[in-house]
Amino acid sequence: MKDTQKSAKQKETLFKVLNYIKPYRFLMILTIIMAAASVALTLYLPILTGNAVDSIAELFEGGISIPKAFSNADFWAKLTFILKKMGIVIALTALTQWIMNICNNKIVYNIIQDIRKKAFRRLEELPLSYLDAHSHGDIMSRVVADVDQFADGLLIGFTQLFTGVVTILGTLCFMLSVNVGITLVVVVITPISLFVASFIAKKTFRMFKLQSETRGEQTALINEMIGNQKVVQAFGREQKTLEQFDEINERLEKCSLKAIFFSSLTNPCTRFVNSLVYTGVGFTGALAAIRGGLSVGQLTCFLSYANQYTKPFNEISGVITELQNALACAARIFELIEEKPQIPDKEDARVLTRVEGNVDLQNVAFSYVPDRKLIENLNLHVKPGQRIAIVGPTGCGKTTIINLLMRFYDVDAGEIKVEGTNIKDITRKSLRTSYGMVLQDTWLKRGTIRDNITVGRPDATEEEIIAAAKASHAHSFIRRLPEGYDTMIGEDGGSLSQGQKQLLCITRVMLSLPPMLILDEATSSIDTRTEIRIQKAFASMMEGRTSFIVAHRLSTIQNADIILVMKDGHIIEQGNHQELLEKNGFYAQLYNSQFAIA
Amino acid sequence: MKQLLVYLKDYKKESILGPLFKLLEASFELIVPLVVASMIDVGIAGSNKGYIVKMCLIMAVLGLIGLICSVTAQFFAAKAAVGFATRLRHGLFAHIQSLSFSQMDQEGTSTLITRMTSDINQVQSGVNLVLRLFLRSPFIVFGAMIMAFTVDVKAALVFVVVIPVLSVIVFGIMLISIPLFKKVQARLDQVLGITRENLTGVRVIRAFGEEEHEIRKFDEGTDALKHMQMVAARFSALMNPLTYVVVNGGLIVLIYVGAIRVETGLLTSGQVVALVNYMSQILVELVKLANLIITVTKAVACGNRIQSILEIPAGMEQGTIKEKEENAISGTVEFDHVSLRYYEGGEEALTDIHFKANKGDVIGVIGGTGSGKSSLVNLIPRFYDVERGSVKVDGRDVREYSLEELRDKIGMVMQKAVLFHGTIRDNLKWGNEEASDDELWEALRIAQAEEFVLKKEKQLDEMIEQEGRNLSGGQKQRLSIARALVKKPEILILDDSASALDYATDASLRKALREMPGETTVFIVSQRASSLMHADTIIVLDDGDVAGMGTHEELLKNCQVYQEIYYSQFERKEEDQRKEGEH
Repeated sequence: MKDTQKSAKQKETLFKVLNYIKPYRFLMILTIIMAAASVALTLYLPILTGNAVDSIAELFEGGISIPKAFSNADFWAKLTFILKKMGIVIALTALTQWIMNICNNKIVYNIIQDIRKKAFRRLEELPLSYLDAHSHGDIMSRVVADVDQFADGLLIGFTQLFTGVVTILGTLCFMLSVNVGITLVVVVITPISLFVASFIAKKTFRMFKLQSETRGEQTALINEMIGNQKVVQAFGREQKTLEQFDEINERLEKCSLKAIFFSSLTNPCTRFVNSLVYTGVGFTGALAAIRGGLSVGQLTCFLSYANQYTKPFNEISGVITELQNALACAARIFELIEEKPQIPDKEDARVLTRVEGNVDLQNVAFSYVPDRKLIENLNLHVKPGQRIAIVGPTGCGKTTIINLLMRFYDVDAGEIKVEGTNIKDITRKSLRTSYGMVLQDTWLKRGTIRDNITVGRPDATEEEIIAAAKASHAHSFIRRLPEGYDTMIGEDGGSLSQGQKQLLCITRVMLSLPPMLILDEATSSIDTRTEIRIQKAFASMMEGRTSFIVAHRLSTIQNADIILVMKDGHIIEQGNHQELLEKNGFYAQLYNSQFAIA
Repeated sequence: MKQLLVYLKDYKKESILGPLFKLLEASFELIVPLVVASMIDVGIAGSNKGYIVKMCLIMAVLGLIGLICSVTAQFFAAKAAVGFATRLRHGLFAHIQSLSFSQMDQEGTSTLITRMTSDINQVQSGVNLVLRLFLRSPFIVFGAMIMAFTVDVKAALVFVVVIPVLSVIVFGIMLISIPLFKKVQARLDQVLGITRENLTGVRVIRAFGEEEHEIRKFDEGTDALKHMQMVAARFSALMNPLTYVVVNGGLIVLIYVGAIRVETGLLTSGQVVALVNYMSQILVELVKLANLIITVTKAVACGNRIQSILEIPAGMEQGTIKEKEENAISGTVEFDHVSLRYYEGGEEALTDIHFKANKGDVIGVIGGTGSGKSSLVNLIPRFYDVERGSVKVDGRDVREYSLEELRDKIGMVMQKAVLFHGTIRDNLKWGNEEASDDELWEALRIAQAEEFVLKKEKQLDEMIEQEGRNLSGGQKQRLSIARALVKKPEILILDDSASALDYATDASLRKALREMPGETTVFIVSQRASSLMHADTIIVLDDGDVAGMGTHEELLKNCQVYQEIYYSQFERKEEDQRKEGEH
């Protein structure tokens, strides 16, 4: 039952794969023709070689080494004719092989690119709930490694399978046309190698599984320990860690050795079967030659066929695992590509143009997990220019509000309106670009400082960039970098300090200066001196702009028009500073604790 | 790559025997055409059935011996390769652990992880292949030539021409295509980089509505990759056809020459068949060799990358002091005119820092972004070496201690709270393997983590997922503080490690630290003046220089930088208190 399901799924995957090949069907047909031609030509060559040998053998009379005639003109004419023919066949074979290679490369690299592009496009459309819930490493390996492996496997698997089958059939026909008896010998013995190979493959499967599991365990440890090497060293845990590592390493050695050794038996074993075939052909062939049923040339031809015939059999089991591997990879990629994208913008979705800053939340309910209620019945009416502070103890789910405002997640019930329009009826792009967002996790991309600042406004002029950097107090440190605004920074900010990264993120928002702001603990890792300057800049930036601020800083909170007090994911209090203090609830407690100790 | 071979040292026997048995097997393979030839010349020509049977038996036996030899070879090769990789992995892991912080900063941890995992795996399969096949193929190529010479010298001259031509083709194509494949790899890394950026920065990208732009960038990346792949493949696509032409061209010449020799009676037709067989053996091996070389060059490239890591000199020179001296004053830290520079030619991160902290002192370090606060405390456990001056712990230069001894004295809590896969107990015990549960709970209590750990279902045995994913930022910070406290260090360093805590928790933490038993010297790095104002000495840093040093009151009087910081944080609050008083 499970097997049929699996094979049904494989079939489905295969069908999808064919869809990707479709645009290249002409190349595919060409490559198949070329493969068939090159196989046929390769098979024809031994016959010609046999003919040539026979014509040499004809020089003898009856027995050993007595030349029939010296400089026999007929003989030379015949031999050179055969040799010329061979030359042409060889040239054609090389040509067809070359064309086939070129076609294959074209097909593979194009399909790889097609799939990657598609996967990446889907990535940009996937809802954040998917991206938050899935390991980034896994997604990356699907887009990069799996696609590669799929294409490689597909190509190798496909061409080898195809040429293998053609070779087997072709050889069989040629052999049958020459001598039925010897052909039977070949046909009977060869499948033994197939049997041996699949037997070994079955036996080693478990060993390989154990190996990859152990390897996975080791990789996890490496990731953790090398990734956090500084902590390891700070605690002087080098020796302990090494012991932990060695334990896994030794286990890996044992199971790797088994897996590698036993799987490597396939080749010698099948080769032994081949040599049996070869011997069998030699034996029956030689006897037939004595009886006069076979010429020496035909025997050589047979011997080389025996080699060519067995080769695909040896490879076939490998090819099949390769193909299955490729299909497994393909299935993983398709899983990603077919993942349900976020609900697309409605066709008549509004493009937000003039945003004054009216935001309404009406009876909003939301939870990440269906049975764990988070936000219920949240009502909030924000007028243009108001400041909303979201406060609460660590880990109380303040970012959830941001996820909803930016429509990274959709509300479960109720609605969020901007300028009176439900945000579901607004294009995502225009909604999101109406907010300037600075998150706690600074994110910078690989590129120059300038590239990073102009993310929201690629067309910004030099003056605008510098003005924005000055406004966010980033200009002075940028100027001091080796190449100023053209300094390359590595992935995730590289050598910049956390504070500098944050300044760049703020500059980014300063430059595009959208009508509304979302600041998520934006200044938590900037020292207070810089922070004051930034807060001043923020203050002027926030002037007349609706702002949502997640912060621990009391000064920010005190100036807020509305404070949302959150605890354990719920909004438990709402009001301004004064109101909340008078309420003497959780907020008042939070606020007072500050003074009681400091 | 060469340096890596020392890891094969323990497998000398295996790495010699493996190829040896492989060569033995190959030699038997080389005899087969001769057997066939004599079968034709003696058996068939003489209609000698008995001889044919004998020859066939010989062939079967040769096959069997070949099987045994090659299984033996596989075993030795696998053993050597796996053992090599295991030792290399151990060596590299140990080496990485000995790297200093600045070396790690330079390499980047993700690079180190790749070297440890996929690169070593590649090298392992490379070694295995080399031991198994790399000698075999050239051996058969040249062996076939030599055998051809034993058959007929003149005809064998064809081989002398064919083999060099083939070598030129095979190696020529490789020489051209290997650098190209490196470029392909680099572009693939770029594509990977763009993908990663888009995953980590998804919120920012969507906030700015930059999806289209990113897609364009990705498309450019893949286009460039494809283009490079095509260019590289163009050359490797020539490999098979060209070798085929050369070998079979040689075959034609061979038959022609053979015919002349037969005609003059110098060669038998069976011998011509043998020569032809040798030629086709060469072709088969060359195809294998070409495929092999690609795998091997990849392995060599990986090996070189690994070697470049191994070539980094191990960390810093360590001192010799290992045993605790009885009468040493524990818990003092002294900076004697210290300057620090991270990179040669770079700007000084710290300039002329001079102070002394006595046992039990609380030292606050405050200053602007990039002012050198972290740099200063990182010098105490000797994560970096000073450029000038010296850092003394318990009266001795840190360079005189072994790192183990030095760091044993110090409990460090870093900016980024890092926890490891395992239970809470496992993580806390990093500080001290022998700590009792009571001690652990005590540390948790001081670190303000007791409450939430108590709430966990399994308490100390609660599993922490990798990177502490199931904990909030504040919880992670508090646990990492507790971990350092379990160590009961002489010197405790909190490097801005309460940033994710709210004010109330931060305040209780400081209170608990003050009330901690024993006289621990504490360094607190913070951006909040409130976190430091009760410190015995506050060091105010400004761009790597000391802008002021003293108690809160002193600094408030005479340090402008400190005044700025303090008033910015407290002005409003005081106003507020006043307001509140009015109510």
